[in-house]
Amino acid sequence: MQFDSINAFLSMGGYGFYVWLSYGITTLALLLLILLSKQKHKQTLQHIAQRYNRELKRKEAAALQTSALASNTENTLSTVASEKCKSEHDKSVK
Amino acid sequence: MTKNIQHFNNLSYRSAFMLVLKRDLTIAFRHKDDVLNPLLFFIIVITLFPLGVGPEMETLSRIAPGIIWVAALLATLLSLDRLFKSDYNDGSLEQMLLSPHPIFVLVLAKITAHWLLTGLPLIFIAPLLAVLLNFNEQGYSALMLTLSLGTPVLSLLGAIGVALTVGIKKGGVLLSLLILPLYIPVLIFATSAIDTAAMNLPYTGQLAIIAALFFSSLILSPFAVSSALKVSIN
Amino acid sequence: MWKWLHPYANPEATYHLTDRIIPWFSYLTIILLVIGLTWALLFAPADYQQGDSFRIFYIHVPTATLSMGIYVGMAIAALCSIVWQFKLADASAASLAPIGAVFTFISLVTGAAWGKPMWGTWWIWDARLTSQLILLFLFLGVMALHNAFEDKALAGKAAGILTLVGIINIPIIKYSVEWWNTLHQGATVSKMGKPSMTMDMLWPFIFCYMGFIFLIVVITCIRFRNEILSRNSMRPWVKELALSKGGK
Repeated sequence: MQFDSINAFLSMGGYGFYVWLSYGITTLALLLLILLSKQKHKQTLQHIAQRYNRELKRKEAAALQTSALASNTENTLSTVASEKCKSEHDKSVK
Repeated sequence: MTKNIQHFNNLSYRSAFMLVLKRDLTIAFRHKDDVLNPLLFFIIVITLFPLGVGPEMETLSRIAPGIIWVAALLATLLSLDRLFKSDYNDGSLEQMLLSPHPIFVLVLAKITAHWLLTGLPLIFIAPLLAVLLNFNEQGYSALMLTLSLGTPVLSLLGAIGVALTVGIKKGGVLLSLLILPLYIPVLIFATSAIDTAAMNLPYTGQLAIIAALFFSSLILSPFAVSSALKVSIN
Repeated sequence: MWKWLHPYANPEATYHLTDRIIPWFSYLTIILLVIGLTWALLFAPADYQQGDSFRIFYIHVPTATLSMGIYVGMAIAALCSIVWQFKLADASAASLAPIGAVFTFISLVTGAAWGKPMWGTWWIWDARLTSQLILLFLFLGVMALHNAFEDKALAGKAAGILTLVGIINIPIIKYSVEWWNTLHQGATVSKMGKPSMTMDMLWPFIFCYMGFIFLIVVITCIRFRNEILSRNSMRPWVKELALSKGGK
């Protein structure tokens, strides 16, 4: 060890302010960079998942609508067809 | 009719160059305030400095070369916007890129027009404004020489920045961030040359470096500009 | 000769490669940096002339050299993107730019903190410091260009052009202490010939240098993964990955 005591270590032979300023800013900057990069990774994955879920919901809603539309048309067609049968039957009866 | 078209397709480089040059100059003369505004900006900035720094003659004469060159830099930055913007907006830039002539020649013509309209007036006005700043007598020739060699470099390098940002909305703000690092060497050598001349020492070294910057940017920058334009127009 | 690289033109293959690289290189980085910085702070001798402020050297020089190295790496990526149209080269250039900016910033700040006690000034406009500042602006300009375009392919090309135009700055920084009379000192560690440093100062320097190199690799891999994900967000493998990891 080059230093006899903690105090000597902190004061760095009189240059303590400058040495610790440098090491401190370096650590801070690098930590910020690493943390922000990792956070962006998580955020990107979350956004993609959210967008995919939204699209899925939209597709399901669209599919529901078209199936509802299809079943409605089916119903209307069948009612029309049955009424036609009925009217013809009535006609034939009359 | 076909003969005319063939004639235009066989335009030599020189005629293509002169055509684009004349076109740009004609357009600029129809929009005179595009040309005059940067010039007025140059004059106003130089006038503001003595008011801000104080009228003490010695201080002014020491910072005068820097003031004139920085003002020239900023005025060129202002004027660069019209290099490609209006052509991009009405689609003629795209047509130029599609033409059979090499883009190098057309781009060089536009940059020459820009320099003739911005750099050249700066060169003529600068010594008059230098008087306002109590410019050192021996520095005038260095000022003229550095401006003559340096302002084309400003146009050439600035064109790269404008070509990169012409497609971006609010590209003007980004432009200064991109171009000013490229301008710094010219600024440093020009002001160093003028300061050396003011001390009555030979300044051919700095002039040689500015000349080197001029020739290398003359050859290389139109290539960079044409690739940047192709990117911006895609 | 480059055939072994061909599979990695596929973004998915490269993404999974980084999955394997990051853990190992993180361990390596932590070990090297902990050893290097502790050695530098506690065990390395104080300099004969500069005293304990010399310990800043062990951060300042690696970050300064590596900032130039990152720019050269970015320029090579830009070249690959423009000349050979590698799509992943765009992504790697985009990921390198912020790291280069941070390293340049650290080198400028540690240099200023070292200069104040040694030469009496926080800053001086000499050739090396000015060109290093220009390097910082170039990195910031590349980052700004990447963010300004909506279309990532265009952004990559535009930023690539700026990177290649600015490459002239690197030889200027490197040779500035030789070409001009500057306040900044000349090279202390040269690769050819004997370095003008004693071994008990050289070893912590080597550890710190290698530690920073691997740190750059790790951070680049992390950011590279982000770029790959955002550029390929429509692909099925990305969707699967996002749903398994991100949909919480």
